[in-house]
Amino acid sequence: MDITTLRVLATLLCFATFLGILYWAYARRNQARFDEDAAIPFRQD
Amino acid sequence: MNPNPAQAALYNDTVVRQFSIMAVVWGVVGMLVGLFIAAELAWPELNFGIPWLSYGRLRPLHTNAVIFAFGGCALMGTSYYVVQRTCQVPLFLGKLASFHFWAWQAVIVAAAISLPMGYTQGKEYAELEWPIDILITIAWVSYAIVFFGTIGIRKVRHIYVANWFYGAFIIAVAILHIVNSAAVPAGWMKSYSAYAGVQDAMIQWWYGHNAVGFFLTAGFLGMMYYFIPKQAGRPVYSYRLTIVHFWALIFTYMWAGPHHLHYTALPDWTQSIGMVFSLILLAPSWGGMINGVMTLSGAWHKLRDDPILRFLIVSLSFYGMSTFEGPMMSIKTVNALSHYTDWTIGHVHSGALGWVGLISMGSLYYLIPRLYGRKEMHSVPAIELHFWLATVGIVLYIAAMWIAGVMQGLMWRGINGDGTLTYTFVESVKATYPFYVVRVLGGVLYLGGMLVMAWNTWMTVTQGRSVHVPVPVLAPAAA
Repeated sequence: MDITTLRVLATLLCFATFLGILYWAYARRNQARFDEDAAIPFRQD
Repeated sequence: MNPNPAQAALYNDTVVRQFSIMAVVWGVVGMLVGLFIAAELAWPELNFGIPWLSYGRLRPLHTNAVIFAFGGCALMGTSYYVVQRTCQVPLFLGKLASFHFWAWQAVIVAAAISLPMGYTQGKEYAELEWPIDILITIAWVSYAIVFFGTIGIRKVRHIYVANWFYGAFIIAVAILHIVNSAAVPAGWMKSYSAYAGVQDAMIQWWYGHNAVGFFLTAGFLGMMYYFIPKQAGRPVYSYRLTIVHFWALIFTYMWAGPHHLHYTALPDWTQSIGMVFSLILLAPSWGGMINGVMTLSGAWHKLRDDPILRFLIVSLSFYGMSTFEGPMMSIKTVNALSHYTDWTIGHVHSGALGWVGLISMGSLYYLIPRLYGRKEMHSVPAIELHFWLATVGIVLYIAAMWIAGVMQGLMWRGINGDGTLTYTFVESVKATYPFYVVRVLGGVLYLGGMLVMAWNTWMTVTQGRSVHVPVPVLAPAAA
């Protein structure tokens, strides 16, 4: 495989990963855990 | 929370105290050097004919001192504090953290000696010669081991997002430093870059812009995501937005470097890519700003009587301003006007004084009393005074540089009907003079504020005592 194809694939893979992250972040079932995670700095002191 | 603190492990805050105090000290030193070279530009006789005091040698000293000494110590101190508090464990390999502190101070002292002596690699923000580069690498690897080791032994399942930003800062700066500093030594304090020609320039600005992106942005966003929620007493506005803007920032920043090389020998398509990615960067940058500012939604009144919160929030407005200005300046046609003028200097300082400076000062004002067993700084009115001195100083500085920069750009491109230049270069220098004086005034105010902070820190520390905070024992449900 030539290097340009590899670069194109890497770029597309990055973009797909980002879309996956977007989906993960906005999935309704994750909302509760993110609310909990946001409260981590308040768990102590 | 913990019924029996005597048996519990203690947070390792000694190294946090060391870094925090040195951040204040190096802040004063770095800003003083900055003020001095600003004065040299207005009154060139101030170098007194002494090579060590010449602008060309002191300017890298100023940038290294404020970025790597002041900013670096603030980042390292706060990151060690935040990673322990959000992972609820003491630092992994506390002795290595201590070594990291002393190695980093050695780097700073080596810079303060070698730069005025004229030793330089000639790469902006990477001027230090190769033996110092090696010391930086050792210090940085120690930092990474302690930081990621602490995350590795964490008691809290989720890694809080502030640590993502600190982590990205540590990893990216390590890569940038090693790649850009690759050089062939030619004696103890002399070396040649491993790259040649335009590749060298591209690697330098890949480094340079990502130093802005990962040192001056991601690192300080880590600070923002801990200290703004803590000081405001409420969790961050949207954790989802945090995740999305973190990854957007990571995926785009690496490509923006070529905008430093518009209209140079760099291939045109590379310049265009740099411009496009710089424009895209507006979105993740503003995502962070909105997220931080909106954390205060419903509690805006706190801004009225909490000067620390004001430091933190106003820093975000400068962040928003400079991350809007940056993409605009990366547009080739705008860059044709702005590049090589003082507009660039104004832009950098709205980010540096406004964003990096104010967020660090706000975070340190939160941190220092807590590290010394006190509820708040020795003098809260002094924080208020510092805030106004700094803010007015920044506004004077950047307004002067904007006007000077646009004026220079317009004068340099002014062409008469017969094709000759309207102005000689020295006419633009002469026209800039009053703005250089205004900048000195802005610098005096900003440094004045920093001196107030140094006094306040001194009073807080001498009247307090180092506290040793036990690590809370978590209920299993919370773990």
